[in-house]
Amino acid sequence: MSGKVVKYDQDNIDTDVIIPGQYLKIHDYAELATHAMEGLDESFHSKKGTYIVAGRNFGCGSSREHAPIALSESGIKAVLALSFARIFYRNSVDGAFLLPIEIDQHTYNEISDGDDIQVDITSNKVMNNTTKKTYSIKPFPDIIRDIIDAGGLFGYVPK
Amino acid sequence: MNLVEKILARASKRDSVSPGDVIFADVDKAMLHDVSGPGVIKVFEKLKKKGIKTDKLWNPSKVWVAEDHFVPSAEKISAQNIVKLSKFTKSYGIQRHYKYGMGQYGICHSLSHEEALVLPGEVYVGGDSHTNTTGALGAFACGLGHTDMAYVLLHGRIWFRVPETILFKISGSLPKSVSAKDVILRIIGDIGTDGGAYRTMQFAGDTVSNMSVEDRLTLCNMTTEAGAKNGIVSADNKTIQYLTERGASSISPIYQDDDAEYSDVYEYDAESLVPVVAEPYSPENVTPVSEAPTEDLDKAYIGSCTGAKYEDLVAATRILKGRKVKIRTEVLPATISIYRRAVEGGLVSTLMESGAMVGPPTCGACCGAHMGVLADKEVCISTTNRNFPGRMGHVTSRTYLASPAVAAASAVTGRITHPEDLD
Repeated sequence: MSGKVVKYDQDNIDTDVIIPGQYLKIHDYAELATHAMEGLDESFHSKKGTYIVAGRNFGCGSSREHAPIALSESGIKAVLALSFARIFYRNSVDGAFLLPIEIDQHTYNEISDGDDIQVDITSNKVMNNTTKKTYSIKPFPDIIRDIIDAGGLFGYVPK
Repeated sequence: MNLVEKILARASKRDSVSPGDVIFADVDKAMLHDVSGPGVIKVFEKLKKKGIKTDKLWNPSKVWVAEDHFVPSAEKISAQNIVKLSKFTKSYGIQRHYKYGMGQYGICHSLSHEEALVLPGEVYVGGDSHTNTTGALGAFACGLGHTDMAYVLLHGRIWFRVPETILFKISGSLPKSVSAKDVILRIIGDIGTDGGAYRTMQFAGDTVSNMSVEDRLTLCNMTTEAGAKNGIVSADNKTIQYLTERGASSISPIYQDDDAEYSDVYEYDAESLVPVVAEPYSPENVTPVSEAPTEDLDKAYIGSCTGAKYEDLVAATRILKGRKVKIRTEVLPATISIYRRAVEGGLVSTLMESGAMVGPPTCGACCGAHMGVLADKEVCISTTNRNFPGRMGHVTSRTYLASPAVAAASAVTGRITHPEDLD
């Protein structure tokens, strides 16, 4: 799948800016999406991104599953970050909302806001169609890969 | 094996586990609140549409439910969520539902210890990131999202990657005015908001042994802010006494082996620690109170699972006794049981005498939801655990995280103040 990158060149993008606390009472997925990234970027929706690229510790803070839900419902297929906070990571995978993909500093530096990229989790590559360059992504640990392939935790059969 | 490895080996029915192993652990206790509860209900609805059975929980007697984030209901959606949650607990036979306005209720993490709902050696998961708090009782306590909690409710188990453990060994006597909150803020300042990521943060040493159970709860509460999977303190006689006083029986703690291994060991000299604040907008922006900015504050907040336990209220009241607050000051005891003791012990009248408002238990203002959110550019000093942009209200508002004593001293002067600098 190819699509446009929305890049936030910063670390520690927390769940409070991804979906502010006042909206935690909302459980309608489409309505949650309208508030995605409200604490950080009011123009997020107009950018029509498919991928978010960000720095270290993406999704730190609360356990609110609203965070990957709001991003997923906004059209985000994957977040490519230098690292992820643990609950955001497992919520994204276990609920099958989006792919949390770890990239290295070089790849991070080489992807710019607005680039068109394509992610292939079979070959563990990300192709930057804008610059015509290809980079490696960190392979998923086995358990994560198996849950992704199963379409989420409820489809997964423990070995 | 170390403490967490021993607990997870027992829970996964293995002779031993090592960091990096992926296991399915049997869950001993599970918690939902008025945000994660409706979240789980939503997951159940999705599962039903896929033909997956959701008509029976694995064990309703091991599940308990708190109303804390959006009570008292400020508007219709929150009110409706409470109705939805009540129908859910009733239909699934969950007896322990701590309801607002019906005796004991309060912040889920505070109920976990006030009601002795979690015991040493247990695997406890909750639909809230600060579930880590309860690791202070010697349990493996870990926060999960809605899908994972739905899975736990239906299957009674959940996958974990066995974490590496970082040991924080703290030795010596804490100076006057230095509290557990200052200790954990100092640690987060040192290791950063991902310094404990995916790992266990375990606290030990004579300082921790000499701490009250409530102080240990403060330490473990904020391991979440360092990204940790869980925080833990080995149970001791104090833990057992604390839980027994609250009605627990059949306590059988698990202890680490003599040859327990840790991925890192950090040593702290308690006597060198000072009162600190975490400046906006991150819990890792830690500065000694003596070097903190001198800007005018608009509000002091003494509340939350981190900073509104009984001893937190005692610490704040000691400072506010005989003094008047200069800025609006809100004190929200974490549970009704704490509130009641604060009334009976005379704390509430002392606090009200100072001008502070004492209100009902709620997570409301801590997470910027209701019950006293901050306006544009307002500045707050707070005993809570997070100060991200917009956390306590308007995205331009700013929060300093502090101990109850520092928050109370700052309420008196309207600026960040060392408790010993008051007249």
